[in-house]
Amino acid sequence: MLDLINVSMTFNPGTPNAKQALSDFSVHLDDGDFVTIIGSNGAGKSTMFNAIAGTFFVDSGSIKLGGQDITYLPEHKRSRIIGRMFQDPLKGTAPSMSIEENLALAYLRSGEGFSPFSHISNRDKQEFREKLSLLGMGLEDRMKQPVGLLSGGQRQALTLLMATMVTPKLLLLDEHTAALDPGTADKVIELTKDIVNKNRITCMMITHNMKQALEIGNRTFLMSNGKVVYDVKGEERSKLTVNDLLDKFKAGTGQALDNDRMLLS
Amino acid sequence: MLYIIKTALELGFLYAMVPVALFISYRVLDIADLTTDGCFVLGAAVSVMMAKAGHPILGIPLAMLAGVCAGFVTAFLHTKLKVPSILSGIITNTGLYTINLMVMGWSSNQSLLKQNTIFSMLKNGLKKSNVLIFEKITDWYAVILSAVIVIIFALLILAFLSTRLGLSIRATGDNLDMVRASSINPAFTITVGLCIANAMTALSGAMVGQYQKTVDINSGTGIVVIGLACLIIGETIIGRRPFFKGIIAAIIGSIVYRVIYAVVLYTKVLPVEFLKLITAIVVALAIAFPAIRKWFSFQGKKINHSRGKGGKDNA
Ligand SMILES: Nc1ncnc2c1ncn2[C@@H]1O[C@H](COP(=O)(O)OP(=O)(O)O)[C@@H](O)[C@H]1O
Ligand SMILES: [Mg+2]
Repeated sequence: MLDLINVSMTFNPGTPNAKQALSDFSVHLDDGDFVTIIGSNGAGKSTMFNAIAGTFFVDSGSIKLGGQDITYLPEHKRSRIIGRMFQDPLKGTAPSMSIEENLALAYLRSGEGFSPFSHISNRDKQEFREKLSLLGMGLEDRMKQPVGLLSGGQRQALTLLMATMVTPKLLLLDEHTAALDPGTADKVIELTKDIVNKNRITCMMITHNMKQALEIGNRTFLMSNGKVVYDVKGEERSKLTVNDLLDKFKAGTGQALDNDRMLLS
Repeated sequence: MLYIIKTALELGFLYAMVPVALFISYRVLDIADLTTDGCFVLGAAVSVMMAKAGHPILGIPLAMLAGVCAGFVTAFLHTKLKVPSILSGIITNTGLYTINLMVMGWSSNQSLLKQNTIFSMLKNGLKKSNVLIFEKITDWYAVILSAVIVIIFALLILAFLSTRLGLSIRATGDNLDMVRASSINPAFTITVGLCIANAMTALSGAMVGQYQKTVDINSGTGIVVIGLACLIIGETIIGRRPFFKGIIAAIIGSIVYRVIYAVVLYTKVLPVEFLKLITAIVVALAIAFPAIRKWFSFQGKKINHSRGKGGKDNA
């Protein structure tokens, strides 16, 4: 499904601030994989997502998604097949536009050859309403309200809906519940699992919650210094504890996992 | 009194598309588009020259097309060549000075004599109509024609902004990340937005040029700040939310500004030359308002603190 082959990326090359954020990075994901990713601060987790989503073009290596080489595809074209969410709930939605208008924009990704001059139809609205009701937050009755009025959790749930409304080939979640209070974060995680499982979306999720990393999905990466130092799935993974994971990190890098926000339980 | 109101309505509608254009560029796209001054003259020049050649009606769409081109150049500089948006506008504006002279046959001033304009055509039509109520409103021909044109284009823009392309343009000024995530190319939406905005500015110039039967190479100076003032005045009166109020605000603001202008002109409370300075100050204050409010609340906090009432958390 997804292949990163010998991808390297250096920021500010040739300056004292040069930083190799990805070094000769290779991974392969199978169709339907749900990978959780753990790593120290600055390990290059977000940079890997940026490389896949096309925020920048990588220095070398190639990126393939669903058989298509997307290494030099511009970001807005990749977003047609890649859904993405960030930690900041403000990033995924347009605050001064209504819920309905935000959903209509997300729907453009379906590439169904909409006329640029067409309006949101009643059938679209009906569909938006049904999808919103699945979130269980009562948003289906607030479709005309500007998104700026919603809480962080509601905005994040809406962003999740927008990122998956047109089923993407790949969903990238970058600590998408880290800014939410624990109750809301659980709710958004449950929604994420539901939506990903129901639509069998291939997914990668960066998290700082080690327990969550082992409970959710079918595969886990530990990352450090622009590389995956431990990649586990199947039976081996099902037996792992959080402490095992910490040991694996130490074995892989020679140092303790250093992430100030890491939750061990 | 009636005369003041009539003049204010005339000028208010004639110039209304400038604040409407700024609503699109400044409010919707969040870009301060300084192409405006030169683009206004471009519209006026094309329309006056076309009227001079005997094609006053054709002159209006052609002026708008010229405005689209001006907007496209600014958008190209900004989105493709990564020139900061303000500088892109200034560069286009500077280049337009020469273009405008060229359009005006290398003369800094062009006037219409006996040639027809869209206004004189309507006026004569009303006069000769032999219908009593048409004859009665003959004096209001300029208000009627400019108001009809302004309302038609305002409605078109409103309809456009709720289409899928319109939504994409609105989202571009609201959240660029989200636009990219929705498979929309922001370079495209910014370009379309700036082309439309400048078409509206040129439309205003085109109407003013034919109405005044003259175009001067410097007639656009300060138009952008006056347009912003109109937009801000209108928004203060009727509000900004929901977003479509912005267009109505632009038109109302334009009329209110011209009422103020006419009052100053006829009552002579101030020499009329002062208006640009006052306009500039009003715009600066209005845009600085959030910062000024913050400064005052911070000073208040400091005073409370030094009186020992502020609580520790204010330190
Ligand atoms: N756009 C950028 N410019 C310069 N340096 C960057 C940029 N993005 C990331 N980096 C650097 O690359 C390294 C990896 O960052 P990141 O991928 O954000 O880490 P994390 O694993 O915590 O998400 C860090 O040292 C960071 O400072
Ligand atoms: Mg990160």
